[in-house]
Amino acid sequence: MNTKTISLDSLSVGDSGFVSKLLSKGELRRRMLDLGLVKGTYVESLMKSPVGGLTAYFISGAVIAIRPEDARYILINKQQ
Amino acid sequence: MKSDTEKLKNSNLTVALAGNPNVGKSTVFNALTGMRQHTGNWAGKTVANASGTFTHKSIDFTLVDIPGTYSLMASSPDEEAAREFICFGQPDCIIVVLDATCLERNLNLALQILEVNKKAVICVNLLDEATKKGIQIDLDELSLYLGVPVVGTAARSGEGLEELKDAVFDVATEKRKVFGTKIKYNSNLEKAVTKLENIIEDSKLFDDKTFSYLSKRFLALRLIDCDKKLDNSIKEYFNFSLIENQTINKAVTKIHEEFETIGLKQDDTRDIIVEGIVAKAREIYAHCTCLCDKCYSRRDRKLDKILTSKLTGIPIMLLLFGIIFYITISGANYPSELLSMAFSKVQEWLYGLFDLLHSPPFLKGLLIDGMFKTLSWVVAVMLPPMAIFFPLFTLLEDFGYLPRVAFNMDRFFAKSGTSGKQSLTMLMGFGCNACGVTGCRIIESPRERIIATVTNNFVPCNGRFPTLIAIITMFFAAGISLPFRSLVSAGLLLTVIVFGVVVTLLVSKLLSATLLKGLPSSFTLELPPYRRPQICKTIVHSLLDRTVFVLLRAMCVAAPAGIVIWLMSNIMINGESLCVIISNFLQPLGSLMGLDGVILLAFILGFPANEIVVPIIIMIYTASGTLVEYDSLSSLYNLFVENGWTWVTALCTMIFSLMHFPCSTTCLTIYKETKSLKWTLLSFILPTILGILLCMAINAVFFWV
Repeated sequence: MNTKTISLDSLSVGDSGFVSKLLSKGELRRRMLDLGLVKGTYVESLMKSPVGGLTAYFISGAVIAIRPEDARYILINKQQ
Repeated sequence: MKSDTEKLKNSNLTVALAGNPNVGKSTVFNALTGMRQHTGNWAGKTVANASGTFTHKSIDFTLVDIPGTYSLMASSPDEEAAREFICFGQPDCIIVVLDATCLERNLNLALQILEVNKKAVICVNLLDEATKKGIQIDLDELSLYLGVPVVGTAARSGEGLEELKDAVFDVATEKRKVFGTKIKYNSNLEKAVTKLENIIEDSKLFDDKTFSYLSKRFLALRLIDCDKKLDNSIKEYFNFSLIENQTINKAVTKIHEEFETIGLKQDDTRDIIVEGIVAKAREIYAHCTCLCDKCYSRRDRKLDKILTSKLTGIPIMLLLFGIIFYITISGANYPSELLSMAFSKVQEWLYGLFDLLHSPPFLKGLLIDGMFKTLSWVVAVMLPPMAIFFPLFTLLEDFGYLPRVAFNMDRFFAKSGTSGKQSLTMLMGFGCNACGVTGCRIIESPRERIIATVTNNFVPCNGRFPTLIAIITMFFAAGISLPFRSLVSAGLLLTVIVFGVVVTLLVSKLLSATLLKGLPSSFTLELPPYRRPQICKTIVHSLLDRTVFVLLRAMCVAAPAGIVIWLMSNIMINGESLCVIISNFLQPLGSLMGLDGVILLAFILGFPANEIVVPIIIMIYTASGTLVEYDSLSSLYNLFVENGWTWVTALCTMIFSLMHFPCSTTCLTIYKETKSLKWTLLSFILPTILGILLCMAINAVFFWV
């Protein structure tokens, strides 16, 4: 399978991948870890807020919305 | 042994109820205790520890519902509160409620709790929903993995609750041995933890039996992770500090040095810990569940596509609220009028009774004109709309729609430099601003929490909502033919609410740029699965709750206030009543704002509760002798018009009602939550000044036009 590493905020709706790295530090990193976002976690982009910004992702069985400013710091190996 | 049982029989055992947000914790709480704490289908509904009791096998249990959290790493105040209770509340048993439809994520918290204290029972709730979605869970296997009893429940229908109580009884009375489970971390961390664990054990700091349940391994992990908050709590509860203990401190420093030499930084430690937990959760999940239908959330995604799409998301949101307002307004008319009529009959009857008893006119005025009239206004005008609005709102909440509102609206809050969770605290403000302020605890960043607290008052609460409806109905929709009247009223009410939201956003932006400077911090919003609301149950419960709430307010606030106001408008100084004197004094400012002195005085006297603003206006107007009876909105309209109201007065009254100082309860709550006089004062002054300025501007514009 072909993979490409991109940041989570550039994952288009309907696409999915596995977390490869967290670039954030401190509070933000802590919050991402609380969601179960560690290396190898499967993430799928589900939908965008109607006015843009917040995007909802499927993360270990739950639907979680994250702002693009925060999603930028999560690297994903996109599934092709 | 016998004395032990004896002791147990007399003692009250404490059971903590923990779990992720939105897993039906409150439902389990209500089902066990028979209480009716309101449950909502969104994160952070339980913001303060609620407790109730139940008896099982002749032992009394106190059940403490702690705020729902995703982890025990304590990054927000409610997470901290949850951890405090699990660590230091000395629970005899912890019920960890897990959502069967989302087990993998929920297991993270369960594993962390077991790491602190293994005296726990796992309650896999929403089993019925999971079955519907084709998710099968092997509860026995799960129990083997976790080393504690596991009970499957469907708390809404009461399924599995007896088994849950049995398991809690067994664990709390130590009839059943619990083993817990151990999360294995990578070898570097594992070695360090074991070493530190032994040092803490040897320090004999925790020899006191009361806290022997606190796992040393957990403490060691927290120390290595540099968790200062936990040490502060330990200081509070035990009067000693782990970090200040020389041996322990030395050991921790040494571990950190060793980590550094192999290239492990502080963030890495946290990663290793979480990776360990997540890997274990994943392993357990893979072994204990079986998905018959891989796309079990298809229906939710379809609904989300409609409710949050670019094209339909916002229109549907406005439409839903508009429909609720429409039903509220058109439905409240009739019962309101009926109640008013009934009250005026009772009033006539009371007059007759007082005359029969030859009571002095003073007493008659005080009790009937003062107390009874205020009380009957509050009940007749406040109760019907609230008894219709809240059940409908609760249905929307139970369905899981509110987090979608936050999802739709987030961009606007991001632009104002605040948290998207502010939408949720605003929605709470509809019920009561004091609740909304307490609800701000779900916002993690202190800066954003204060902004949400200060601006919560721009959402009309229970006490102002019906006032707005009454004014709209009298002044803006009266001329419209009947079938469309409620429709226009609903549209206008929606406009007022949207205006409140816009003001909230603008003021938030202003605060973000000045007093509370900062960039929006990170936040995550969970969109829980949609659930079919239990329509009949919700309507009945919510209706009863609201009725009790409004009646209590009417009795506790409106009745005494009625007496005070009657006295004020009947105590004469130089031939003028106290009310008239003060309202004359306020007249210049009032008329500049498009109001009058009486309205302004009513808002000031309404500080204890917004419900009484309109009754005060009525009482002062009627005391000056123009009109005595008001038994419907049209006679009220005549009274107002006789006292010089125009539609500009009505508009300015609505604006000032939306934008003035919060009621006394809310102010106190703000002080309690922020612990700062400065923010409390700001919450008082800011909306008041904005309201005064806006009213003046409106008045000036219409004066010159």
